[in-house]
Amino acid sequence: MLKNITGSKAVILSLLEEGVDTIFGYPGGAIIPIYDALYDFKEKVNHILARHEQGAIHAAEGYAKVTGKAGVCFATSGPGATNLITGIADAMMDSVPMVCITGQVASPSLGTDAFQESDVVGISMPVTKWNYQITNGDEIPGIIAKAFYIAQSGRPGPVLLDISKDAQTHILKEFEYKKCHQIRSYLPEHQINNKRIDDAVKLINEAKRPLLLVGQGVIISHAEKELKDFLEKTGIPAAWTLLGLSALPSDHPLNFGMLGMHGNYGPNILTNKTDLLIAVGMRFDDRVTGQVSSYAPQAKKIHLEIDPSEINKIIKVDVPILGDAKKSLSLLTEKVKPNKHTKWLEKFRQCDKTEYDTVISKDIHPEKGKITMGETVRIVSEKTHQEAIMVTDVGQQQMIAARYSKFNNSRSCVTSGGLGTMGYGIPAALGAQLAAPDRTVVAFIGDGGFQMTLQELGTIVEHKLPVKIILLNNDFLGMVRQWQELFFEKRYSFTELQNPDFVMISEGFGMKSSRVSKRENLESSIQKMIDYPGPYMLEVKVEQEEDVFPMVPSGACVSEIMLTKENKDLKN
Amino acid sequence: MKQEYIITIFSENNIGLLNRITINFTRRKINIESLTVSQSAISGISKFIIVVNETEERVKRLVAQLDKIVDVLKTFYHTSENMIFAEIAMYKISTELIYGNDELGEIVRNSGAQIDEITKDFIIIEKSGLKKETQDLFNKLNKFGVMQFVRSGRVAVTRDRIERLSEFLKTRDNELEKLN
Ligand SMILES: Cc1ncc(C[n+]2csc(CCOP(=O)(O)OP(=O)(O)O)c2C)c(N)n1
Repeated sequence: MLKNITGSKAVILSLLEEGVDTIFGYPGGAIIPIYDALYDFKEKVNHILARHEQGAIHAAEGYAKVTGKAGVCFATSGPGATNLITGIADAMMDSVPMVCITGQVASPSLGTDAFQESDVVGISMPVTKWNYQITNGDEIPGIIAKAFYIAQSGRPGPVLLDISKDAQTHILKEFEYKKCHQIRSYLPEHQINNKRIDDAVKLINEAKRPLLLVGQGVIISHAEKELKDFLEKTGIPAAWTLLGLSALPSDHPLNFGMLGMHGNYGPNILTNKTDLLIAVGMRFDDRVTGQVSSYAPQAKKIHLEIDPSEINKIIKVDVPILGDAKKSLSLLTEKVKPNKHTKWLEKFRQCDKTEYDTVISKDIHPEKGKITMGETVRIVSEKTHQEAIMVTDVGQQQMIAARYSKFNNSRSCVTSGGLGTMGYGIPAALGAQLAAPDRTVVAFIGDGGFQMTLQELGTIVEHKLPVKIILLNNDFLGMVRQWQELFFEKRYSFTELQNPDFVMISEGFGMKSSRVSKRENLESSIQKMIDYPGPYMLEVKVEQEEDVFPMVPSGACVSEIMLTKENKDLKN
Repeated sequence: MKQEYIITIFSENNIGLLNRITINFTRRKINIESLTVSQSAISGISKFIIVVNETEERVKRLVAQLDKIVDVLKTFYHTSENMIFAEIAMYKISTELIYGNDELGEIVRNSGAQIDEITKDFIIIEKSGLKKETQDLFNKLNKFGVMQFVRSGRVAVTRDRIERLSEFLKTRDNELEKLN
């Protein structure tokens, strides 16, 4: 047992006890003591100095999504802490485990509007799974243990600890670290109810046209194998939410693509033809369901979910199965009857063909016009042999990247789902690369989003992280422009961007960069980028007014999916 | 259909928890009609009693969100029929008014209220009961002028024989054990 150590040292030692090897952060007055303690542990922990706290927190998110462990983030009080809020809200929406530590003014000054004081606990309350202010240094080890337990167990989420400066300098007479395994008021996971399993098995065995919806819960609970076993035994087709992407290999014969607004034609249109929906670790986001009242009214529904508050929140279900998806899926697989659903799968294949002919082929194999986002994504995916981690920013490029990237492995997609945070991509890519140094990380970023967090190019270069950034430049806030085109009579109100010379900017940061605008040079440019051993930014000048299709217009029924802008009402 | 529901939250006694609870109401634009926080029968555990006017559907979903708060042990909701409850109201009236007015004296005598304090300037009347009853008294008195009026949040207990929380704590212990 260590004796007489400072609160700050206790913070670092506690993090080491939790296995933390990477911290993303930015110092300032109220957190200097913790940074001072960190100075002695530079060999053990890799601290990444971001260029903005928003960069630090998105990087921590990227790191957490790829490793499944809590991302750790430091910031100072006041503006440092408030700069974290967007990322914390993002992590809350997407169930990302995070432990954020902010410095706070000394406890006697709390509530006096002291320099750089802000009520961080109050501000972050709606967007944290749990938060706590430490003013007594003796609490540090116990509270950090609790923080990691809460962030990583059950449905994961962000936790914030606000540590006053006097707690950081306080001397703990003794330091002993005990991991937290249990909190009386907190039940992270329910025991699976066997009766519910039996009810579900019955529905599954009787179903003629079932569809399984893969959510991020599959990835969080490491249930990829259990999912595959279940699908292969039952022959049930599957489709995924944006965050469920990569849980099931893209080439799996039962993988029929993405759900929702810009998802694939089959899964959307056939949602309203199924007789059974099996939702696994997903929360029926409105981008998935479209109009709730017309979402699969004919189908029975089974919901495998760890968070009780998600049951019946949006969609009423017939059989809720509370608990960890890994366990519930394997219980189901054990009991269900093998099946093939040959005719039903044929329907999905027909839809795939319709979509390929009307949308996909001209997206990914265009013959004329400017370069498209779709072909760029396809080539990157092919040239990385479907093995890369794909990071995206938000907007058209995100949807295109999700639609056309292919994956062999789980935990390969890092994207901002629930909050749709522009500026997420560049920092998240750097976090992802640190989490998986041996994997290729490619990041698709729009010209708008690029300019929200481009300062992190500096961080990437400093740490020689071989991230490949593909800037899909359409000189527009593309996704908003698309909505203006389709639903606001092409009134392009403030969506055209006057852009800088991106290559010059990246080079200014010391990043190898190039630009491509002709189709005949696209493949070789991408190859050059991939072969380059260090960080690289490739600007691709793409078609300016390209639209992402198919599209379920906001608030429309999933079966009202538009394949092209001309056939707004092509229905089955 | 909207109706009155009593939400009972059992929680650890931690700073900031009230805030964490109320933001769940604000965020969904659910008005809190009344709120009382006190110790429960089990030591160390606080009890919040919150009255809202809402549809059962929305109350159910709200309760699920409240239950999710890490420091909350358990949340229940009831309709008023399933609980015995009361509120306390206090009324401050000018002494001069009462003595000069038979009708007013009559109202106070027949109201089942008790008199807490009499000074030469004012009389403090206290009455407990249902909101309707304390409101009725207010309406009657106010015809003559009430100087100050206050009504407490609701206190309520269920008609069950034991605090449901003790049962809950037993099953929770079980569940936590199985987890590890
Ligand atoms: C922080 C933030 N601000 C605004 C938005 C709204 N928004 C969604 S997509 C989009 C356009 C993105 O443009 P760009 O980054 O160029 O990507 P593109 O759609 O062209 O691929 C905007 C403004 C957002 N999602 N996040």
